[in-house]
Amino acid sequence: MTDASQSGAHHRGSLLTVDARTRKRNAAEARFRYYGMAAILTGVAFLVVLAVSIVRSGLPAFTTMAVEVEFTLTAEQYADAEGQLFKTRAYEGYFNAAFEQQLQDRNVQAGFDPEAVNRIIGNTGATLRSFFLENEDLLGQPVTFNLPTSSRIDGYFKGRLLRENVTDSRFLEVSDLDLADELAEAGIIQSKFNWTFITGKDSGVDNPGGAGIGASVIGSFFMMLVVLFLSLPIGVAASIYLEEFAPKNRITDLIEVNISNLAAVPSIVFGILGLAVFIQFAHLPQSAPLVGGLVLTLMTLPTIIISTRASLKSVPPSIRDAALGVGASKMQAVFHHVLPLAMPGILTGTIIGLAQALGETAPLLLIGMVGFVAREYPDGLISGFMDPNSAMPAQIYTWAARSDGAFYEKAWGGIIILLVFLLAMNIIAILLRRRFERRW
Amino acid sequence: MSKLTFTTSAVAILALSAGAAVARDNVQIAGSSTVLPYASIVAEVFGDNTDFPTPVVESGGSSSGLARFCEGVGTNTIDIANASRAIREREIAVCAENGVTDIIEVRIGYDGIVFASQINGPEFTAFSQSDIFLALADKVVVDGAIVDNRPATWADVNPDLPAVAIAAFIPGTKHGTREVFEEKVLLQGCEDTGQMAAMMEAGMSEDDAEGACMAVRTDGASVDIDGDYTETLARIDSNPNGLGVFGLSFYENNTDKLKVATMGGVAPSTATIASGEYPVSRPLFFYVKKAHIGVIPGLKEYAQFFMDDQIAGAGGPLANYGLVPDPALAETQAAIANETVMGGGM
Repeated sequence: MTDASQSGAHHRGSLLTVDARTRKRNAAEARFRYYGMAAILTGVAFLVVLAVSIVRSGLPAFTTMAVEVEFTLTAEQYADAEGQLFKTRAYEGYFNAAFEQQLQDRNVQAGFDPEAVNRIIGNTGATLRSFFLENEDLLGQPVTFNLPTSSRIDGYFKGRLLRENVTDSRFLEVSDLDLADELAEAGIIQSKFNWTFITGKDSGVDNPGGAGIGASVIGSFFMMLVVLFLSLPIGVAASIYLEEFAPKNRITDLIEVNISNLAAVPSIVFGILGLAVFIQFAHLPQSAPLVGGLVLTLMTLPTIIISTRASLKSVPPSIRDAALGVGASKMQAVFHHVLPLAMPGILTGTIIGLAQALGETAPLLLIGMVGFVAREYPDGLISGFMDPNSAMPAQIYTWAARSDGAFYEKAWGGIIILLVFLLAMNIIAILLRRRFERRW
Repeated sequence: MSKLTFTTSAVAILALSAGAAVARDNVQIAGSSTVLPYASIVAEVFGDNTDFPTPVVESGGSSSGLARFCEGVGTNTIDIANASRAIREREIAVCAENGVTDIIEVRIGYDGIVFASQINGPEFTAFSQSDIFLALADKVVVDGAIVDNRPATWADVNPDLPAVAIAAFIPGTKHGTREVFEEKVLLQGCEDTGQMAAMMEAGMSEDDAEGACMAVRTDGASVDIDGDYTETLARIDSNPNGLGVFGLSFYENNTDKLKVATMGGVAPSTATIASGEYPVSRPLFFYVKKAHIGVIPGLKEYAQFFMDDQIAGAGGPLANYGLVPDPALAETQAAIANETVMGGGM
């Protein structure tokens, strides 16, 4: 008893003595676990930094500092503006004059001159013109407008531009900020949700307040339609043939190797191909989502073929054997039994391929979808495919390259919208897999 | 049955695309990234003020724009090439080979090229072309022998400049800005320092000496930027000693981040560029394919709209963004109205 209790104190209830080698192996295992945790933590840290910086830089794009002004355009002013070459500037002139008058009536404390009004209010002519063209009956009546302020005033309220960094220039003078502060206090300049950013189209470099990502979302949508309706049938047909029917010989081996290689080809190569084949040879229009979709189809096909073949392979051979055993033809076995079981995997692969295609800019560079493409919303299916349009990543890229800081902010905002779409697609893929996947 | 549907739909798609290829209704433009901001301003206003659809303006650099312009005539080629330099003889020859013979040249105005550094960076406030040449040239003549030029700091070049490492970010060779930089800064500096004459004395022909003057050192002190000015800005942001080459309008949009240097004692501004006092400026152009006028709706109207006094003149949106208006605007307007092509023909 005394022996046992003594040795028990020594061994802590176990007869096993941990020798030096075991201790070393245990220590190695513990170290490895810490390495793994460190790796995961590093990854998570990068992800957090990325997400925080995207959200922090991008959120301001969803609000805009707007001026709320009541404005009356007389029928004579309307006729005069419509008679000019630079109509939108005439509208802007009338509006700014009316705003200046209102400021004088209010007795604002900060001194200002007519030019200050021009510097505070952004480009408004296009909004005003399209409003009065559609509502000619409102001529001569007071209408309340919410119009964007200029990019620098917008930046001042959002903290992008600091007062101490402002030097007087033709874009902004320090005294303008006093006026802007006073207007903000009086509630004339307010922060509003920026619907233009969600629904609008691209705008010229001097008009960041009028820029929106909506038109390019439509462009991306039509491209994804093309990709889906071409790459899914072609990809599935190719993989079913290769997996179930094709003889195993050198030619099919060669095809398989090439498909795997195509999946690793840089996407710009598909853009060059698209330019040569679809635009220069087939004379399809430039900057059209149809061509963009065709190029992205080429890029997505290998991804879809590889994932489809993997999910066909994962259907157990016993299912094929059983179908063939009860007298089904090979085609019946494939279409009635194998394909339905492989469908969740195929759809997941397709959605992930689409998500990849949605984020591609490089193939679109050469077919004219990257640049200043500010078209109205398409008025039908054909114009949706054929009329020039941009795509979300192309729009983001274009904004990021502009000199005005307001566009940089919009580029980050565009990234948020693109990420929302990508996230939604990935969630659909996960749900499909959860819902329909079978394990054997 | 399904084969039949597939064939008919394929035929339908082809017919549709053939129809669309003929019926392009928008002006298609590509070229210089320096002209792009101005072109995008005009394109937006043109779409807002006329019944024509907004033109599509692509970027990519003067050379690639002109190369696409010269690919041929037809709706699958671009109608207008933007360029930050004049079209070259060689490019006109390529154009002619491909059937693009009638080109209307439109000079839209002038743009200044400025040297700017980080706002908190060292005191780079005064340069001459000679300083830039001596800092960035690949080879110089010392005592009659041609040697590699490798000064490490700006003070090595000119004792008045701060003693910080030379790190210049200059436009890459596909940009039209590079050509202006080479001719108006490097070549000028080469002549001012007497290096050009020294090179010719050392046995170089005039052409070779010019080439040597414009060659930039390749040891990393000077970095070619192939992207846009935003890339140059990002490099300057991360390198306090960096000196970047920008367009005047880009600098004016980023005065809170950048500090501009004078050239030969003159500060860049639209006024000093218009008067010619600031030496490093260049005209900007766009080139119109005459064969497309009447085929592409709105092409001539776009060119006329662009060059109208209210747009390209003083007080217009382009001048407000930083373009220096062309004093000879009226001549350009007349040339567009008469569709006067390059080389004197009509």
